[in-house]
Amino acid sequence: MSDLRFSGTDRYVATEDLTTAVNAAVTLGRPILIKGEPGTGKTQLAEEIARGLKRPLLQWHVKSTTKAQQGLYEYDAVARLRDSQLGDERVHDIANYIVKGPMWEAFEQDTQPVLLIDEIDKADIEFPNDLLRELDRMEFYVYETHQTIVAKHRPIIVITSNNEKELPDAFLRRCFFHYIRFPDKETMIDIVDVHYPGLKKELLSEALNAFYELRETPGLKKKPSTSELLDWLKLLLAEDIPLEALASGDRRKALPPMHGALLKNEQDVHLFERLIFLHQRNNR
Amino acid sequence: MLTGFFFELRAGGLKVSITEFLTLLELLKQREISFDVEQFYYLSRACLVKDESLYDRFDRVFSAHFKGIEDLFTPDNAEIPDEWLRKQIELGLSEEEKAQIEAMGGWEKLMETLKQRLQEQTERHQGGSKWIGTGGTSPFGAYGYNPEGIRIGQEGSRQRRAVKVWDKREFKNLDDSLELGTRNMKVALRRLRRFARQGAAEELDLPDTIDSTAKNAGFLDLKMVPERHNATKVLLFLDVGGSMDDHVRVCEELFSAASSEFKHLEYFYFHNCVYEGLWKDNRRRHGVRTPTMDVLHKYPADYKLILVGDATMSPYEIQHPGGSVEHWNEESGATWMKRLLNNYPKAIWLNPEPMQRWPYTPSIQMLAQLMEDRMYPLTVAGLEQGMRKLL
Repeated sequence: MSDLRFSGTDRYVATEDLTTAVNAAVTLGRPILIKGEPGTGKTQLAEEIARGLKRPLLQWHVKSTTKAQQGLYEYDAVARLRDSQLGDERVHDIANYIVKGPMWEAFEQDTQPVLLIDEIDKADIEFPNDLLRELDRMEFYVYETHQTIVAKHRPIIVITSNNEKELPDAFLRRCFFHYIRFPDKETMIDIVDVHYPGLKKELLSEALNAFYELRETPGLKKKPSTSELLDWLKLLLAEDIPLEALASGDRRKALPPMHGALLKNEQDVHLFERLIFLHQRNNR
Repeated sequence: MLTGFFFELRAGGLKVSITEFLTLLELLKQREISFDVEQFYYLSRACLVKDESLYDRFDRVFSAHFKGIEDLFTPDNAEIPDEWLRKQIELGLSEEEKAQIEAMGGWEKLMETLKQRLQEQTERHQGGSKWIGTGGTSPFGAYGYNPEGIRIGQEGSRQRRAVKVWDKREFKNLDDSLELGTRNMKVALRRLRRFARQGAAEELDLPDTIDSTAKNAGFLDLKMVPERHNATKVLLFLDVGGSMDDHVRVCEELFSAASSEFKHLEYFYFHNCVYEGLWKDNRRRHGVRTPTMDVLHKYPADYKLILVGDATMSPYEIQHPGGSVEHWNEESGATWMKRLLNNYPKAIWLNPEPMQRWPYTPSIQMLAQLMEDRMYPLTVAGLEQGMRKLL
């Protein structure tokens, strides 16, 4: 059994299924793919694994234009051309124009690092396929300098995805997979407790009630997520909203205070107002 | 036991590969987890299932496969009769072992010790040589090294709680045969993406730059190309009103997903079947109409046509001139459909009605025939099939 065990940190609550998956990935040195609703802490997980295991963290944020090669290295041909025209001495060594990417950096670390490949689904469809061998063998070849870069320690690779593109089977087969489910109420209390330790019990339970009722409103275009709940609580605390305002009995009578932190879409706010209106009319 | 599980998963429609299965076995060999059903469930799920929409299927197979097994080590401690326990032990013991037990003070003593320990022990336990738990050498517990020790569920019935994790089937609504939300639709629609270079030149074109620099006697001559954009063009025809009222929500979702996904998206509304007029604003559908002929002429054949409708109507509305319920149509719906399909070779029909009902509605059959079977249900799976047809 590996001596490295991840079990959440003082500011990140990891459920048992998540720690099991993460520890499996750590033990075998395979990448772990994390999916889940936005705002459930996918990206944060990598930071917390690094913190919990006391490992350096390297981040690679993927955009729609990112190429797999950029994660390994880039050959800056334009700079070399320019230098050749200016007669710079550097031009004779091609290694001067090789720019290391995050994966190369990760392979060179002296301790096993954590490498975050964030939002892999944003990139081109071929992107994951181009990384198959690198993720599998943890090595790659630099054509310009004819050297093979092999990882000193297999990095712990955390990959996040928002499900915008399907990932190829061959890629998935090399990863562990975990879907972060939206936390239930008990887990949510733990999460809030980690972020706002001093929060009054009554305020918390009222706020959570309001939050889950809001989430269950049918037809919302975007449901509020964990990170939005945390922002909202911060606002409530900052504004010192009295308990009565939250506990006004029936949630359907009024929008919760500071609802802007939870509802991010004017259609959703309208929908909610309409529901309140209907409810009041029915009560009359 | 696990090989059976592997084949059951495959029979259950999960494409589990041998390498994934071997990974799981390797983890088990490395003692990644203790002998705990719940942890085993999480571990095998992380290894073998790579899509949250398949979690539900996995839960079902897991539950079916491990039903009998997990029952074996979760009997209620308090209710085990002594005789039953004794029988269990006697079954698997050699004479030598029996002699050892005799040395401990015989059956009565052993049973007493067991009861005593059951009372003393309040926590979950594993390993070790005294307490009842898993993986230990005590004669009591599951998976122990003491030959065929008494199988007993742990205090706190951890497993029982674990069973619920998969029996709850919390991922049920993620199964992709269900109807879908905007996000899922976007994913499906993205299959249609075709990138092409259009617009202002703002990216460095390296091959061209090197080429022209060489021609320029080595002096740097930068060349730029336009950025790549999604160049797919889509023509979306939506059925509104009447029987489509039941499907408003799913159509809205499709519409909002499509409008954010395609730069070139043109949409028109129709009722039941396409005739000579279409409209863009439902409130003024009787006033401002666009002749279908104009649409055919305005948008060239490289547009992909997506028709959305339940195709549920009277067969007259398709077959005969004047069949429309709203106005007098000079030409039949079928004629117009053929005209559309001639103009747009890439076309599909998405039908929000559940597929099981299609064979019982003649008009759906007729339209599916007109569409040359390019009619798909409006679910994630259907949308994906359709998009593949449009490529």
